[in-house]
Amino acid sequence: MRKVMTGHKAVAEAMRQIEPDVVAVYPITPQSEIAEYYADYVHDGIVHTELVPVESEHSAMSACVGAAAAGARVMTATSSQGLALLVEVLYIAAGMRLPIVMALANRSLSAPINIHCDHSDAYLARDAGAFQVFCESAQEVYDYTLIAQRIAEHDKIRLPGIVNLDGFSLTHTSQVVEPLDDAVAKKFVGVFRPVHPLLDVDKPVTWGPFAMPDYYFELKRAQQAAIEEVPTVFLDVQKAFAKMSGRAYTGLVEKYRLDDADRALVVLGSTAGTAKIAVDALRSKGEKVGLLKVWLYRPFPYQAVASALARVKHVAVLDRAISFGAMGALYSDVATSLVRSQVLPALHNYIYGLGGRDITAEQLAEVLVGLEKVHPDEVLRYIGLRE
Amino acid sequence: MAELKGWKDLPIGGVVPGGVAAALNKTGSWRAERPVWNEEKCIQCLQCWFHCPDTSIVIRDQKVTGVDYDHCKGCGVCAAICPKDAIDMVPEREGTCAK
Amino acid sequence: MKEIRWHGRGGQGAKTVSQVLAQINLREGKYVQAFPEFGPERSGAPIRAYNRISDEEILVHSAVYSPDLAVIVDESLLTSEKPTDGLHPDGTLVVNTSCSTEEIRTRTGFKGKIVVLDADRIGREAGTGFANIPMLGAVAAVLGTAWSIVEEEVRRTMGERISKEMLDKNITALRAAYDAAKKGVAGG
Repeated sequence: MRKVMTGHKAVAEAMRQIEPDVVAVYPITPQSEIAEYYADYVHDGIVHTELVPVESEHSAMSACVGAAAAGARVMTATSSQGLALLVEVLYIAAGMRLPIVMALANRSLSAPINIHCDHSDAYLARDAGAFQVFCESAQEVYDYTLIAQRIAEHDKIRLPGIVNLDGFSLTHTSQVVEPLDDAVAKKFVGVFRPVHPLLDVDKPVTWGPFAMPDYYFELKRAQQAAIEEVPTVFLDVQKAFAKMSGRAYTGLVEKYRLDDADRALVVLGSTAGTAKIAVDALRSKGEKVGLLKVWLYRPFPYQAVASALARVKHVAVLDRAISFGAMGALYSDVATSLVRSQVLPALHNYIYGLGGRDITAEQLAEVLVGLEKVHPDEVLRYIGLRE
Repeated sequence: MAELKGWKDLPIGGVVPGGVAAALNKTGSWRAERPVWNEEKCIQCLQCWFHCPDTSIVIRDQKVTGVDYDHCKGCGVCAAICPKDAIDMVPEREGTCAK
Repeated sequence: MKEIRWHGRGGQGAKTVSQVLAQINLREGKYVQAFPEFGPERSGAPIRAYNRISDEEILVHSAVYSPDLAVIVDESLLTSEKPTDGLHPDGTLVVNTSCSTEEIRTRTGFKGKIVVLDADRIGREAGTGFANIPMLGAVAAVLGTAWSIVEEEVRRTMGERISKEMLDKNITALRAAYDAAKKGVAGG
């Protein structure tokens, strides 16, 4: 049944159906309404979850790590500065191979203080070892929260996962979402089976031991092997979800009118929707343009990106954060994909939308139209910035 | 030292199965002096057992039976606390030729 | 380039004297490195420290695998820490022990040069109670460093930290060990 809800509510709905054993959160600004909705569910007895209100985001993830190691299914949500404080423990969750799923309401990092959307928080968590999915709409936010849970808990993965939703344009915007029936969603997510739970006193293990130079490297290599399994599992789970829900999700990336395109945009998150408008408008004028939306951001789908862009001559990669002193993070990943596959189109990097600066279909169309004329030396450009 | 394992053979998340990492980590080599327990002088007050920071005083049926030299770090707390001087701290030098 | 591996226990000052040795070598006009092997460093735990000494600039930053000198500050580590592993066949094993060269050769199976000295006794008799400074004197003697340079540098570095009286006791211990090792080098 179709409903109208915000991205925040969409996450909370998925969480209600998943009904984790433990949710640990800290409601600091700019924490999201996700925790508020979920606290209501707990208070009203709709879910049987231990809600742990802690004193910081660092503690929130720490409580999640403890609960997950004990054997609980665990979720949390955060945003911006909260993520920045939490990220230390996110590395620990990944290193301990704990399947904690976290919604990340993407908002810019200080300074200056700003509560609006960009991807600087997601990029900060980029190398932590969690897999990351970016969503285009509230519907995707709902769907991929369920999908992420299955991926995180998969035997081959057992890693934390981040579901990214753009601040305000998804988090606070009411949109049409068609949730699954509770029973269907619960069946899809399945029963959680912990691995080496601390509370299994008959089979004790030591969690979080010391690993010196003789073992640390091997454990990190094993972690890399686990995250490298994510694309295969992602495609399987996505397929199962598509079959059950009727929603046509296929691939680690979404290719939009790319087949015969000579120019294309590469984006993350809700900007993909706006970009589709731009592509359609130019296509109606006979321009061969397309869009590549990256769903799975970590691990990065190098091959899928390269094959999607194999015949495109001019590519504009859009980053919604500056990686100071470097090209945009997404640009660097796309460039690596292309070099690995020896596909070498003209590649440009555009920074846009920092601190909630709006991005319109017209601006995106302008990028596509002007792409052939960009001087090769102008590799890093800015959209909607005053000189 | 046992042969080191490759990355494919390690337990998930670096857990140590068995739950007693301490049992695998023999800290006895840290010891410069070893406590030597003298059963004749011992009155079984268990003060050494209470105070040992490494649970290295071995007791059976509520009686001290010796020292766990695999883990005792030689701190000497047992010898210091013993009311009957039933524990001597002896230099750990192996095969020493000291006259 | 000469490489040295020190075997001691946390708290015995092996790392400290490896750093003093580097200062001594610097005074000789050498290029030097001195570094400890970091582990769960606790008092009493076996530790290793290393020196590199060279006439050329030292560019390598990897570990020391085949030292020219292995120095045993604590005799209880003689077999457990396998100090002769990787020790160059023409290298020297310097041991703080009351045992003879032959006895150490039997216990370690090492075929190269062995220099023994009872650094514990030297320290005790000098009133310092530490074996590290005597072992520094022994290593300097094995390396052929002039006594005046060794004394000057130890007076400078240690003089900042301890009293004049204790410094003199340490110099006495340093000298006794330096002489003992010199004799050992000539004999063994």
